[in-house]
Amino acid sequence: MEGDLGLWAIPLAILGGAIRVSTPFLFVSLGEVLTERSGRINLGLEGTLVFGAMSGYAVAYLTGSAWAGVLAAAAAGSVFGLVHGVLCSLPRVNDIAIGIALMLLGMGLAFYFGKPFIQPVAPDLPAIPLGWWAESPQVQAALRVNVLFLVGIVAAVAVWWMFRATRVGLLIRVVGDSTDAARAMGLRPAVIRTLATAAGGAFAGVGGAYLSLFYPGSWNEGISSGQGLMAVALVIFARWNPIACFWAAILFGGAGALGPALQSVGVTEGYYLFYAAPYVLTLGVLIATSSPTRAMTGAPAELSITK
Amino acid sequence: MAITDRDMGAGLRPSLAPDGWLAALARRAEAVVIPLGALLAGLAVFGLFLLTQGKSPAEFYSLVYKAGFGTWFSWQNTLSRAAPLLLAALCVALPARLGLVVIGGEGAIVTGGLAAGALAGALAGLPGGVGLPLLALAGGLAGAVWIGAVGALRHYRGVNETIASLLMAYIAIALMNHLVEGPLRDPASLNKPSTAPLAEQLRIGDMPGMDVHWGFAVGVLACIAAWVLIDRTTWGFAARIAGGNVRAAQVQGLPVGRLIVGFTALGGACAGLAGMIEVAAVHGSANASLAGGFGYTGILVAFLARHNPLAIIPVAILLAGFEASSGLVQRRMDLPDATVLVLQGFVFVAILVSETLYGRFRVFAPERWRAA
Repeated sequence: MEGDLGLWAIPLAILGGAIRVSTPFLFVSLGEVLTERSGRINLGLEGTLVFGAMSGYAVAYLTGSAWAGVLAAAAAGSVFGLVHGVLCSLPRVNDIAIGIALMLLGMGLAFYFGKPFIQPVAPDLPAIPLGWWAESPQVQAALRVNVLFLVGIVAAVAVWWMFRATRVGLLIRVVGDSTDAARAMGLRPAVIRTLATAAGGAFAGVGGAYLSLFYPGSWNEGISSGQGLMAVALVIFARWNPIACFWAAILFGGAGALGPALQSVGVTEGYYLFYAAPYVLTLGVLIATSSPTRAMTGAPAELSITK
Repeated sequence: MAITDRDMGAGLRPSLAPDGWLAALARRAEAVVIPLGALLAGLAVFGLFLLTQGKSPAEFYSLVYKAGFGTWFSWQNTLSRAAPLLLAALCVALPARLGLVVIGGEGAIVTGGLAAGALAGALAGLPGGVGLPLLALAGGLAGAVWIGAVGALRHYRGVNETIASLLMAYIAIALMNHLVEGPLRDPASLNKPSTAPLAEQLRIGDMPGMDVHWGFAVGVLACIAAWVLIDRTTWGFAARIAGGNVRAAQVQGLPVGRLIVGFTALGGACAGLAGMIEVAAVHGSANASLAGGFGYTGILVAFLARHNPLAIIPVAILLAGFEASSGLVQRRMDLPDATVLVLQGFVFVAILVSETLYGRFRVFAPERWRAA
């Protein structure tokens, strides 16, 4: 291995890490954008992410196909979203609290069913070696980009376009901005919100499958460290804009890659503190972008956290 | 936001109904019967889940009863486990009076325990009667700062307290890992990095005549004190008004900011105290066991108790019994250790869904029982 990259190894490792670590953030935040634009918040996506990671890994192992795992994770995620959506459609049932409960239930079920799959090895998702031109193995490693990352970019643009130019996007936005207006138009807000939450859950499930099938690439009970929750904060930061979600996910991924990147060049001092970097960054971003007096720009008017 | 209006308004109704004791009883009965029914429904759904797994729900619940509540020995185990749950639930229930959903109690438990573990060395020379209160103060203060900061961010910066408190919990755990693996590590702790063990007189012992440490009594007293604060003082009254309608509270000249910071800090102090008790009574030093999930079970306890501090006591004991029995149940029935988590998840969902039932049953309507 050529060790003479010197300090350049750090930004390189962060860039590579940002691409690797950002994918779950991107998928979960896209799912949360879909849900929140319809006027509900699903705090349970952390649980959906973990259950998606487990079901994706299990199905990939049992069928031998990583893509079957991704599909299974999406299906499982949409079931969780559907349950959240249906329960929150009942009068006086609170979406934030249901999210917390489903987060705990999702993790519990994932750990329960995931026990037999901790040992076996499932097939990985394929990666594209975009760094084939480089001689340095570090550069090659940093630019090994997973297909799901590219799918995520396409999905971000697609969701953005959907909100901007399609009928479905308009329906979701109307429901999210005014229940009364939606009713006056003859729409059924509860149904649209439930479907939007189910679709959002599917995205979060795919994010989980990425965790277990590519990076870190195995299933265990500590697979997620709050990515699902941070993605909810990330959506606020991105002002409910899917394209901004992509850049925010890269930023958060970079923060998450800071610790491992420093460790890779031999810096071990304060190793555990660097692990806190994404959480500190999320909190900082929340503090900087929230305001006690005015409503947030770009926020769906029916959303409970911004009212 | 978040906690339902009804939940908050319930405490504002006059407690002595002018229309006879039957009507008053009907009104109260609703607040007991519905959560109890939801709990049973959650347990029933979990029973169905067990059936799909080819396990017998009857065997499960009878094992839980035996291992959690069947003998004096199992009761002692259950009560010891209830201690941190009582305090962790208060960290959810106190801010809930102001309509805040704080779910990061785990972070305050960790910082409280860490503060106790870090200070124990400096206090080792003091007699227990002086050292222990100081240790408790340090733990409570650390928790108060941790969750009070969440309240301050909520009020002065408009930061969502649910997300912020959970992020703070992750930060607390990273901080603990850093300190316990590094600066505060006792070189003698090889397998499990820990702070130096507490001096003998700084340990919390058992209550006389039983194998339950004093933390349980502290937890019960804290719940009673919290009930007095909420139900019987002007501060509690002001907090309930601010939780119901912030504008109205501000128009009335109530110090909403101070109430929010005060109640979140108080909740955090309880959770911090729980961490200190775990260190001084159970683990003997601060280590990764502090993040053992009591903070998360505490959320469920508080919601099941509908944020009523007195109701927290029986609910915490019940859930502690489930946790105390999980080891035996796993071995006997060959179930994974996450089984308790699944059970808690089902109960949690059931209790939240039951919110929709309030006011639906004619039996509970006071008008029906009004004295003729």
